[in-house]
Amino acid sequence: MPPDHVLDDYVDPYAPGHRHGGPLRVGLGGPVGSGKTALAAALCRTLGTEYDLAVVTNDIYTTEDADFLRRNAVLSDDRIEAVQTGCCPHTAIRDDITANLDAVELLESRHPGLELVLVESGGDNLTASFSYGLVDVQVFVVDVAGGDKVPRKGGPGVTASDLLVVNKTDLAPLVGADLGVMRRDADAVRGGKPTLLVSLREDPTAAPVAEWVREQVRARALQGA
Amino acid sequence: MTAALLTLADSRLPAGGHTHSGGVEQAIAAGLLTDPASLAAFLRRRLTTSGAVAAGLAAAACRAVDTADVVAALAALDAEADARTPSPALRAASRQQGRGLVRVGGRAWPHPAWAALPRHPHHPLALGVAAAAGGLTARDAAAAAAYLSVSGPATAAQRLLAMDPITVAAVTARLSPEVDAVAATAADELPAAADPLLDLLAEVHAVRSDRFFAS
Repeated sequence: MPPDHVLDDYVDPYAPGHRHGGPLRVGLGGPVGSGKTALAAALCRTLGTEYDLAVVTNDIYTTEDADFLRRNAVLSDDRIEAVQTGCCPHTAIRDDITANLDAVELLESRHPGLELVLVESGGDNLTASFSYGLVDVQVFVVDVAGGDKVPRKGGPGVTASDLLVVNKTDLAPLVGADLGVMRRDADAVRGGKPTLLVSLREDPTAAPVAEWVREQVRARALQGA
Repeated sequence: MTAALLTLADSRLPAGGHTHSGGVEQAIAAGLLTDPASLAAFLRRRLTTSGAVAAGLAAAACRAVDTADVVAALAALDAEADARTPSPALRAASRQQGRGLVRVGGRAWPHPAWAALPRHPHHPLALGVAAAAGGLTARDAAAAAAYLSVSGPATAAQRLLAMDPITVAAVTARLSPEVDAVAATAADELPAAADPLLDLLAEVHAVRSDRFFAS
């Protein structure tokens, strides 16, 4: 017979703050073309010399993003794992995270000293979010060219992500987007959680995002101590 | 039949099944699967070959949980699974899905037998242990394996060809008597049905870089 229900069995070991040991896992999500892969590459360049780092990509076509990262991020092949999502990028990061967990565990076993894993989702829509069974914190990337109404439209990625990144601020004058409106709308729906306006073209190091990631790594180290 | 069997065979059980097409992605690429009729034919062929093998192994693994040396019994079945899976790509896909099922099954139905499995067991073995741990029978384990051999590939075809989901559901539902028959027969033996087409599709698929599915 099945075992009796023991309440302790249901304490989620993967809930935020419950998972001990292992690298910090950072989810990078957002709509197609907003700059997720560019951000992942920037973070690899900026943080790759500070941390033992690896990346999981969930690109639609298996190797597209992985190839981009290899070319642009000075990351060796054995630090990049690409997973297939069965046409459902959203399912693979939220509803059935098995393939991504396999990839993270493979990277962890290959690099026992791993400190940071970036999990980049396939491009999705504004409702996309990562399960906290897969990542410790998540970054949602939108871009100015998508229109300055995006933060107001909300959705779990915009409202609930641990960090909202508004990319391509350099395009604001060209597309008639008001950065002040985007900042104000984001602050209004995010309940005090941070939003960073960046241009990865003008700052290919993604300095402010990298600093936020450093804070998360430090916070996790304190939590584990 | 209990609700545990429904849970085990539910496509929403997060065991990684949604990233595998069971050969459907490559069958579509090769022009072998284009519409509901060819989907039904493909699923029937899959059910009676790899589906039957999986059902037999799952039932045997479920029974193995009650034997004196569970580790040895499951290791022997793992070797039997390898022997029935000539394609390296299909072996890898099976072990990947087995690992995924161990992860969720071990949490859902705690049982000492999980620790007796190899680290990346073939999927039918994990199914058999899940069935035993969930209080199900060997026949239930075979039913789950037979059903999963068609349900996952059917939805993969639906997604890849943007087929009418109602038609695809009907195709799967109408296979039910055949699924039951395969499970009933396979539960008492270890079938060794082979399908070189599925092996070839899997090998060609594995080296593609433009695929949506893991297998």
